[in-house]
Amino acid sequence: MGLEITSLINALPGACAQGLIWGIMAIGVYITYKILDLADLTVDGTMCTGGAVCIVMMVSGHSVGFSMFCAFLAGTLAGLVTGLLHTAMGIPAILAGILTQLSLYSINLRILGGKANQAISLDKYDLLVSLRWIRDVPFYKNPIFVVAVAIVLLILVMYWFFGTEQGCSIRATGANPNMSRAQGINTDHTKILGLMLSNGIVALSSAFLAQYNGFVDINMGRGAIVVGLAAVIIGEVIFGKIHGNFAFRLFAVALGGVIYYVVMQIVMWLGLLSTNDNKLLSAIIVALFLAIPYLKEKYFRKAAKKGGANHA
Amino acid sequence: MLELRKISKTFNAGTVNEKTALNELSLSLQEGEFVTVIGSNGAGKSTMLNAVAGVFPVDSGSIFIDGTDVTKLAEHKRARYLGRVFQDPMTGTAANMQIEENLALAARRGALRTLKPGIVKKERDLYREQLKILELGLEDRLTTKVGLLSGGQRQALTLLMATLKKPRLLLLDEHTAALDPKTAAKVLEVTDRIIERDHLTTLMITHNMKDAILHGNRLVMMYEGNIIYDVAGEEKKKLKVSDLLQKFEEVSGGSFANDRMILS
Repeated sequence: MGLEITSLINALPGACAQGLIWGIMAIGVYITYKILDLADLTVDGTMCTGGAVCIVMMVSGHSVGFSMFCAFLAGTLAGLVTGLLHTAMGIPAILAGILTQLSLYSINLRILGGKANQAISLDKYDLLVSLRWIRDVPFYKNPIFVVAVAIVLLILVMYWFFGTEQGCSIRATGANPNMSRAQGINTDHTKILGLMLSNGIVALSSAFLAQYNGFVDINMGRGAIVVGLAAVIIGEVIFGKIHGNFAFRLFAVALGGVIYYVVMQIVMWLGLLSTNDNKLLSAIIVALFLAIPYLKEKYFRKAAKKGGANHA
Repeated sequence: MLELRKISKTFNAGTVNEKTALNELSLSLQEGEFVTVIGSNGAGKSTMLNAVAGVFPVDSGSIFIDGTDVTKLAEHKRARYLGRVFQDPMTGTAANMQIEENLALAARRGALRTLKPGIVKKERDLYREQLKILELGLEDRLTTKVGLLSGGQRQALTLLMATLKKPRLLLLDEHTAALDPKTAAKVLEVTDRIIERDHLTTLMITHNMKDAILHGNRLVMMYEGNIIYDVAGEEKKKLKVSDLLQKFEEVSGGSFANDRMILS
């Protein structure tokens, strides 16, 4: 066999770092897909917008913190547009997301000054994460550590927010919109707020990814929703059996991103597929994980429990 | 306190499925009145309740609550005046949220939702007290997900949520129809108790004529989107099911098409 185990081991830290960055993105997807029960395709656009805003601002002399904050704001704006298309104009959520995503392609090109990509040099700028720091640096500079800290902070903020009155009304909107309106919740507002928050987080993840790679590319968000969903679903399938609170579930989603990247790395290492095939592979993984609960129910259901809970 | 002035609603206007659900319906409720609403399928009972709740706009006419014109007010804004319980036990609660979380949502009906905690400690004691009056043992299961409860338990919980923050008007849309007879009787009994305790003005749709006579202090019968019979006080107390059937036949010129109402 021509398989060098050392080459896999060498590649794993990078896969972990990338997985964690996509884990942040997956937390964003979790808000729309799981909490609001909306499939939001805006994120394919936002996953480039955040990086574009961050890199372009840093190149023009702004600090990394301020640039990433602006990336987050740019993401929330994209979410706002999708939210308004959906609620104020009655366009189905999926279509609203596709429309924003498509328009973001042009907007992202404008942000990048008409170029398809923009590099940023680690030597000239004060980046927060970089793939060159994956080894041989103090641990606090290691992207795995930096992104892990960012995830912990993000989960703490999310845990607080979804426990507030506003956060609870977003959860209620996803769980039962009719009941929410009957309880005086403006479900249009909560949907918009959820979409803004989600896309802001995705844009933040994008800003991390662009710094990590050292460049932003117009196509970097293509298929992002599939990767995000993969992380959400993998996290749920693998850690779903463990009874945990909301913070734990977000943590599982972030780990889902890591598992996804490690599995992809292993498949690449096995040489079964080339890098060109990775989008096909991610689609297949997501399709499988989405199908498993359904197929289980359909073909492997053993003597349904009687008098049990009524799930509707 | 509630006044409906000639409200009309036609669904699917201009198509073959055109259906006039409300036809210049007028109704006025006094403070503290508990009105039961009966009528055959398609008479417009639920449409009337949903029009009051603002689920859809009416085509014409106006709706007043406490003298305020709410005809154009959005559903979530009208919620400040209204407590609602629906026919389907799944509709009134959020299944994947806890009992206490559902109650906390209801406790904030009509209030501005801020970044303050969605539920605070002292609320839990209040909820425990309130759940006790349901006599379902739910007071010991505050953190249970509502999806694990039975239909009857969920309906009782919805009733509690609707009245937790005292509504100006309670709307009950056949809220016991989907339950087994024993549970239905239990939920109705709790309904009576809460309405009496809080002197709630109530509109209750039922398909059960006996219940319609037995509960409340006023009864209206609907037919083809309008009210054809309206009786209150002593006269209502003396009503029998046969009287209602006869009344219906008089107006509709035929027998009651809906067996469900006769049998139950």
